[in-house]
Amino acid sequence: MGTIIIYAIVAMAVAGLVLSLILYFVAQKFKVTEDPRIDQVAEVLPGANCGGCGFAGCRALAEAIVKAGDMEGKACPVGGAPVMAKVGEIMGLAATETEPMVAVVRCNGGKCNTNQKVIYDGVTDCMSANQNFSSEGGCAFGCLGLGTCASVCKFDALHINPETKLPEVDEDKCVACGACVKACPRKVIELRKKGKNNRRVFVSCVNKEKGAAAKKNCDVACIGCGKCEKECPFGAITIENNLSYIDFNKCKSCRKCVALCPTGAIHAINFPPAKPKTETTIAQQPSPTPQQTTTVATDTTTVKTEQ
Amino acid sequence: MTTFRKGGVHPEENKLAKDCKIEIMPLTKKAVVFVSQHIGAPATCVVQKDDKVKVGTLLSKAEAFICANVHSPYSGTVTKVDVATDFNGFKKPAIYIDVEGDEWEDGIDTSEAIVKEIKLDSKQIIDRMKDRGIVGLGGAAFPTNVKYMIPEGKKAEFLLINGVECEPYLTSDNRIMIENTEEIFIGIEIMKKALNMNNAIIGIEKNKPEAIRIMTEMSKNYSGTKVVPLEMKYPQGAEKQLINALTGREVPSGKLPIEVGCVVDNVATALAIYYAVQKNRPLIDNVLTFTGKSVTNQKNLLVRVGTPLQEIIDYCGGLPSDTGKLISGGPMMGKAIMDTSAPTVKTTSSILVMSEKEAKRNPQTACIRCGKCVSACPMGLEPLLLATLCEQKRWEEAEKECVMDCIECGCCLFTCPANRPLLDLIRVGKNQVGAIRRARSQK
Repeated sequence: MGTIIIYAIVAMAVAGLVLSLILYFVAQKFKVTEDPRIDQVAEVLPGANCGGCGFAGCRALAEAIVKAGDMEGKACPVGGAPVMAKVGEIMGLAATETEPMVAVVRCNGGKCNTNQKVIYDGVTDCMSANQNFSSEGGCAFGCLGLGTCASVCKFDALHINPETKLPEVDEDKCVACGACVKACPRKVIELRKKGKNNRRVFVSCVNKEKGAAAKKNCDVACIGCGKCEKECPFGAITIENNLSYIDFNKCKSCRKCVALCPTGAIHAINFPPAKPKTETTIAQQPSPTPQQTTTVATDTTTVKTEQ
Repeated sequence: MTTFRKGGVHPEENKLAKDCKIEIMPLTKKAVVFVSQHIGAPATCVVQKDDKVKVGTLLSKAEAFICANVHSPYSGTVTKVDVATDFNGFKKPAIYIDVEGDEWEDGIDTSEAIVKEIKLDSKQIIDRMKDRGIVGLGGAAFPTNVKYMIPEGKKAEFLLINGVECEPYLTSDNRIMIENTEEIFIGIEIMKKALNMNNAIIGIEKNKPEAIRIMTEMSKNYSGTKVVPLEMKYPQGAEKQLINALTGREVPSGKLPIEVGCVVDNVATALAIYYAVQKNRPLIDNVLTFTGKSVTNQKNLLVRVGTPLQEIIDYCGGLPSDTGKLISGGPMMGKAIMDTSAPTVKTTSSILVMSEKEAKRNPQTACIRCGKCVSACPMGLEPLLLATLCEQKRWEEAEKECVMDCIECGCCLFTCPANRPLLDLIRVGKNQVGAIRRARSQK
C-alpha cells in the first residue's frame, strides 16, 4: 500500500519536472517581447477608442507611438496637450505642441436662410437624402439638417438646432475626433484650429456654384466675389470654384473680411463686442459671451442687420 | 400562363391613360439638353455658345466604350453651355438652345412612310445604334450598342422584347405597341439581324389586351417573332424577371443577361432602333405619360428631349389642387420631382401626379419579422436583413448578403406592414458598397 503511494508521488514529481522543463524551454523559444511602455502609454490615454487619432483605438495609438519611438503626427485629440505630455514623459520625449482643434459647421443656410421648396419625408439619414435630392432649400452643397453628424458624435458635442435645422457644435465637449467630418456626406463639417481664446474666423458656406446661382437658393451663400481675398493682409484667403476658403494657419483673426463680405458668409465667433468706433456697421451685434457654444445663429442676425 | 418564379407583388394597376392616343407636344421655345443622358462614362460636349444647330446635330459625343451620343432635338441657336438643375435638384452640364423653327439635318428621313427593307449588315447596324445615341428606354438608359456586342465565348440564344410595362400608371409602351406596331416589328427584325438570329419573343402582360391582339396579328407577317401574353405580376418588366418568365432561366448573381444567352430590349428601344437604322433619325424624343388619379386631362405625349417639365404640366392643363407629390417614372421605382423647371431626358417615361393623401408616408413601426419582404423579393434576397445591415453601416456584411443584386423594384417596401423604409436603406448600402468596390478595384 505504502509503496504504491510512494511510486505515485515519484512518478508525478518526475512527470511534473519533465513537463515543466519542456514548458520552460518552449516559453523561452517563443517568447513575445512587448515593450512595457505600450501598456503604460495605453494607460494614460483616455480609452474612448473614438479613432480620432487615425488609429483603430487607444491601444493601437500607443503601439504606434512606442514602435515608432516618436510622437510625430500621432496625437490624441481627445486628451490634448496634458495627455500627450504624460505620454511624452513615459517615452522620454518632449511632447509636440499641437494646437487644439474643433469641428466647425460650414453652412448657415438651414431653415432660416433658404426658401423651402419641397418637403423631404424619407429616411432621417443624410446619406440617404444626399443620393435622392439636393436639399429642401435647393442647395446641393449645404447641410441637409437630418443629423447624421449628431448621431455619430460620441461626446454629445453636436446637436441639430430645431429652429435653424443646422448642427451646432458644443465647443467645450468637442474633442475634434473627426467622426462627424467622416459622416457628413457633403463635407460640410471641417476641423479647424480652435484659435486664441476660442476666437476664429471662417467661411460658413461650401457652395461651389456661381454667385447668382448660389444666391438664388440661399441668402447667406458665398458668391465668390473675391473681396475678402483682395482685402486679406495675410494672404490667408483663397477663392476656388466660386468659393472662398480661409486657411486657419495663416489667418490672424483681424476680421477685415467679415465686415466686407456682401452676403455675410464669413463668420467671426467668440469675439468681444465691437468697439464704439465701428458701431455703425456692427452696432446691433448681440454681445457674445465667452462660454457661448456656437454663434452661428447670432451671427446670422449680424449679417442681416449689416445689410 | 407564364410569369417569373420568385417573389413579386400585385400593386393596383391604375392604367388610367391607356386609351389616350399619343399626342405630339408642341415644341418648346427654350430647351435645355443634358450633355450626358445615359449610364456610363460622361459624354463630351461638342458645341459652343452661338453655334447654330439643326434637329439631329451632334451635341455631345461618346468617347468611352459605355457612353452614348446626344443629338439636338431642336433647330436654333446654342445660347450657353452651362449647368442645369435636373429633377432631383442637382446641377449637371447642359446645353441651352433657343428654338427657331424646326429644321432637320440632311440625311434624316422625316417622312411617315414605313421602310421595311433592311439594307445595313450586322456591324453597320450596331455602329448606327452608337452613332444615333440609342439607349435602353426601359429606364436604365444603358447604351444599346454595347448590348449587341456579344462578348467572345458567349452566344445569344434568345432575343426578348419587353412590352410588359408592369409599373402601375405608365401607358406609353402600351400606346406605342398599338400605334407603332409595324415599326416595332421592323425594329425587332433589325435587332435579329444585328445578332444574326431568327427568333424573338415579345412579352406583354395580359392587362393590355388591345396591344396583345394587335401585336399578335402583326406577328403573323413576321416569321420567328412571337407574342407571349404574361400573367400580371410586378416587377415582370425587370430584365432578369422577364428572362425568367419567358425562358425559365436565371441570371447568376452579378452577371449580365448574356451569361444565360439572352438579350433583352424594350419595345420603345425597338422603335428607336427602327428610326435610327431605317430613317437615320437619332433618339431625340420619347413618349411620356402624364397621369394621376386626380388628373382630369390624362395624356400620352410624344415629347422632344429637353422640354422643361413645367411646360408639359402647363400643356396638360396644370396640376390639380390637391397635388402632394410629382414623380418621374412609375410609382414603384420612380423618383420624386423636386424642381419642375428641369428638362426631360431620353428616359423620362412619365410625370405622375400624386395627391397629398397618396403621397404621405405612413408612420414607421418596428420590424415584426413577418418575412413578407423576403417572399416578395424577386431576387431572393432578405430585405429586412439588408436594410438593418445598411442602417447600421455594416457595409462588408451587406456586400456578403448580395446587396448589389437588389434591382430596387420596391416590392419589399410595398409589402412591409411596418412601413419600414427598406429600399431607402438598401439604396444607401448599394451606393456605399459600390464605392467600396470601385476603391478596391483601383488598388
